[in-house]
Amino acid sequence: MTVADPVTRAAAGAPAPTTPAPRTQASRHRPVRDVVFVEGVRSPFGKARPDGIYAQTRADDLAVKTIRELLRRRPELPVERIDELALAATTQTGDQGLTLGRSVAVLAGLPKSVPGFAIDRMCAGAMTAVTTTAANVAVGAQDVVVAGGVEHMGHHPMGEGADPNPRFVAEKLVDSSALVMGATAENLHDRYPHLTKERADAYGVASQAKYAKALANGDVSPDLVPIATRSTELGWGLATADELPRPGTTLDAIRDLKTPFRPGGRVTAGNASPLTDGATACLLAAGDVADELGLPVRMRLVAFSYAGVDPEIMGFGPVPATERALESAGLTIDDIGLFEINEAFAVQVLAFCDHFGLADDDERINQYGGAIAMGHPLASSGVRLMTQLARQFAQHPEVRYGLTTMCVGLGMGGTVVWENPHHADYSGHTSADTSTATDGEN
Amino acid sequence: MSENTTKTDQTIAPVTTSSDGGDSAPAHGERVTHSLVRDVVLPGGTGTLALITLDNGLDHTKPTTLGPRGLAELRTALEGVERRAADGEIVAVAVTGKPYFLAAGADLTQAAAVATRDDALGLGRAGHAAYTILGDLREKTGVPTFAFVNGLALGGGLEIALSCDYRTVASDAGALALPETGLGLVPGWGGAYLVPRLIGVEKAMDVILTRPAANKPFTAKEAYEIGLVDALFDAPDYLESSIRWAESVLRGEVVVERRELDPQPVWDAVVAATRERLDAVVAGSRPAPYRALDLIAAARTASKADAFVAEDDALADLIMSDEMRASVYAFQLVSKGKRPQGAPDAKLARPVTRVGIVGAGLMAAQIALLFAQRLQVPVVMRDLDAERVDKGLGYVRSTVEKLVRTGRMSRDVAARIVGSVHGTTEIGDLAACDVVIEAVTELLPLKKKVFAELESILSPEAVLLTNTSALSVTEMAADLAHPERVVGMHFFNPVAQMPLVEIIRTTKTDDAALATAFAMTKKLRKTAVLAADRPGFVVNRLLILLMGTIMEAVENGTPVEFADRAVAPLGLPMPPFALLDLVGPAVGLHVLTSLREDLGDRFPVSGGLQRIVDEQVPVVLDAPKGMPRPVDPAVQAVFGDGTAGGEGALDEAGVLDAVLTALTHEIGLMLDEGVVAGPSQIDLCMILGSGWGFHLGGITPYLDRTGYSNKILGRRLLPDGVANVPAA
Repeated sequence: MTVADPVTRAAAGAPAPTTPAPRTQASRHRPVRDVVFVEGVRSPFGKARPDGIYAQTRADDLAVKTIRELLRRRPELPVERIDELALAATTQTGDQGLTLGRSVAVLAGLPKSVPGFAIDRMCAGAMTAVTTTAANVAVGAQDVVVAGGVEHMGHHPMGEGADPNPRFVAEKLVDSSALVMGATAENLHDRYPHLTKERADAYGVASQAKYAKALANGDVSPDLVPIATRSTELGWGLATADELPRPGTTLDAIRDLKTPFRPGGRVTAGNASPLTDGATACLLAAGDVADELGLPVRMRLVAFSYAGVDPEIMGFGPVPATERALESAGLTIDDIGLFEINEAFAVQVLAFCDHFGLADDDERINQYGGAIAMGHPLASSGVRLMTQLARQFAQHPEVRYGLTTMCVGLGMGGTVVWENPHHADYSGHTSADTSTATDGEN
Repeated sequence: MSENTTKTDQTIAPVTTSSDGGDSAPAHGERVTHSLVRDVVLPGGTGTLALITLDNGLDHTKPTTLGPRGLAELRTALEGVERRAADGEIVAVAVTGKPYFLAAGADLTQAAAVATRDDALGLGRAGHAAYTILGDLREKTGVPTFAFVNGLALGGGLEIALSCDYRTVASDAGALALPETGLGLVPGWGGAYLVPRLIGVEKAMDVILTRPAANKPFTAKEAYEIGLVDALFDAPDYLESSIRWAESVLRGEVVVERRELDPQPVWDAVVAATRERLDAVVAGSRPAPYRALDLIAAARTASKADAFVAEDDALADLIMSDEMRASVYAFQLVSKGKRPQGAPDAKLARPVTRVGIVGAGLMAAQIALLFAQRLQVPVVMRDLDAERVDKGLGYVRSTVEKLVRTGRMSRDVAARIVGSVHGTTEIGDLAACDVVIEAVTELLPLKKKVFAELESILSPEAVLLTNTSALSVTEMAADLAHPERVVGMHFFNPVAQMPLVEIIRTTKTDDAALATAFAMTKKLRKTAVLAADRPGFVVNRLLILLMGTIMEAVENGTPVEFADRAVAPLGLPMPPFALLDLVGPAVGLHVLTSLREDLGDRFPVSGGLQRIVDEQVPVVLDAPKGMPRPVDPAVQAVFGDGTAGGEGALDEAGVLDAVLTALTHEIGLMLDEGVVAGPSQIDLCMILGSGWGFHLGGITPYLDRTGYSNKILGRRLLPDGVANVPAA
């Protein structure tokens, strides 16, 4: 889908309207509105283990604290203007159950008038929360939305409580390895033998190094929400930093790590994302409404797409998703100046780069490092990518377009293309005819 | 559901950890509260805050309390923090608690088990030794201290916070209070000195004396408004907000203004006015409020060190006082009262889906409202004519409207209650009820008639309750086909506020009916005490005896003012004539007469009382709010020959002696008759049913410590040490 992008209109041969179009029956439909990314935050990411920082913190509390900080950062926004709270979690039971979006809205003290819902597309949960609510905004059904995700993998191990239909195996609908994400990464190495373990390890080491540099540069902490953490043994603490990164990781250090998914395999803890607890949230608004409320515009949503691939090579998903999103945006890969790609596994990033002819160490990719270093709390990660891209946009006004993309379990990929409002040729996010059309409808 | 919360639903007293029965000496190991210290890197880059969490390692059903070992751990932790502060490793110190609690105060059970004054002194000093580190840290090292009051903070718990330089509170913190003076103690871990200096001497009187007496803790918002805490933050990210605020204070971005000390004349005037009020209300019945007042009086000019020494002394004296021991006994009795003695297996209780009330008078209407509110079932109120029924329904409606108007009940709950209370003049409309309570006029034949009518329409399983205050439940049930379903359920007026229900079992009452009554009482959030079917049960028998004894003294020539003042040393909620006025002289006379018929002349004839009723003679004068209403001297005219004096006249001490002698004798009889399971059940009744003070322990600890039980009964009522300082 495309959201009111002059580039697309130009590509389709339609002239960009400079004067209001004649009022035909069709023109009286609600316009498709621009959707902008206003603010994004996340909790520090924690180790999903009994000794992790969030072992005694509820998942819904993580989300509540994250959303309250998100809103604290935008005091211009009257909270009653929030039209939706969409929250993703992969496992929606226990402290991630009870229709998260709504229950978290209540727990966070938002006005009771703010509705909410829970959403799931595994790792792309938060991304889907963003694109779904963005679509609502685009069609004019909503003005301001909060989208995010939470995953407490310590409380909810992957696949917890799942009861896969026996037909998956009986009818060979998917390969038996398709439900084990690490195994799908091994499969990707099989399919692209030139994507070697050495390249994957080098990518992993680079991710750690880029993260350490970004942290030192102050590019990570500003987006973090301090979270009070309970420990019956240690007392209350305050999580202010990611727990998982291993700065100073070297190739030598990870070369001989175990390959848990296959004897003699290639996927190790050194080139894959660790099990993680964390929450993310972002604020989206219609472009006009952002201006009306004085909300800062950090990115404009250009296009998004989801695509399916064979579940056993799940990590390939970003490739078709990105191709479709670019096509929808009327852009090519060469137009993209910054990439935020989720590093579920190094090989999955390598497959993406390989397909699009990008170098493994292309400096446009994951400037702050990625999930291999900071962790991947499944349904949360999509918004982390966006929050980081938004910060990079501000640092790189020369970049006009960027994208966030991720692979998704059971063989999917998702991609969102964004435009940088700091760029000289920025398209703008308010449509001149909106007010006229709206007035006409009233 | 946001139901109306009455005053009596709140509890100010710190939670103790006693697990054994009230009739045996308290003895248990300390449930140690640990002081967990953890470094917090301040997000704004200001440095490291040492965050201390008080945690006893148990869940929220086991409140954090402070005993000797816990205090020692806190002190050790603070000494470590102090060294680090001196070394420049930390920029701030903060104290908070495990979820829902900062700390519920001193471990009362431990305090009440102290054997010597030296040990008592040690307990006070142990608190100060730890807390003073917090209080002096900034002066010594420049590092300020913060309390993050995340939950309940009572007594010594709140005093930790008061010892810090700054305080925040969570919007959902359960209660903040210094309840010590209600428990025979003073806020002696700094509270008596710090509170008047922090919030002013007048508000300090409210915190330290008035609120404890009214059993009313502060909400988080109230505590913020009176200045006990400096900032109030929303619960969901309370600790995060507090840490951010603390960092703002450290950076000078937030400045907390402290008030000047009140001028000496103001200080003195408030102290003098309070002393006058204490003399009128407490009347020397217990030492703790006076000791607290003395400490507050000195707090303006005393050095901190001297003030804390004085607090230690006051604590030591009070811990070694019988009043304090009786208070702890009483407090534990009330806490344990939630699990009533003698109740049958709760599983035997029958379901209650519809309740009938016979009568629509004031008592019936109050009961109807309570049932509809708490049992959440339809309630049918029946009276003889539509006018009375409408009046009863009108009471329910106007009462909930008032609760809605004052914000104590939501509109929806009010609508539910009004919608679920129905009125009728047809007894047949009660046919579908599985419980019916009668609250008709106190006439045995009438009540028997009502029960007979009910039996003809109700299922044989339906439970019949009576709210009689002095008639025989056994006789009421005597002619029924199913007397086993009759239970006495005696409410006290005003029903919404009074926490006691006397549950009366006859020899025929079966366990299912009895269990139903207990289950209902629990759902009504009242405390049930099981009593045998003896006249007046517990509370009325003793209260009316007291009143009768006073009347008898006056009839014999004792001046009414003497008689009215005579029991002041007991510190009862009100003087005898004010009580008579509250109960209503007609009701008092009725019960007195009824008890005399059953129990004999110990419940004397009083021609004066008869005339008060017949001629509607006013018995008390008005008094300022909160002050006792004294007897109207003019009432003397209705007694005897209308003049005081003569050889039967008693002085105040003589009246008091007569009252205590009568009470002791009566309690001896009640125990012999098996009215209740033991002396402590009598105490529980007097505390909850008539507001007799914790310092009396109800009544039997007082009779023991003043020697009346030995003198009259030849034995103690409670074992030595249970509710008093044991003989060495």
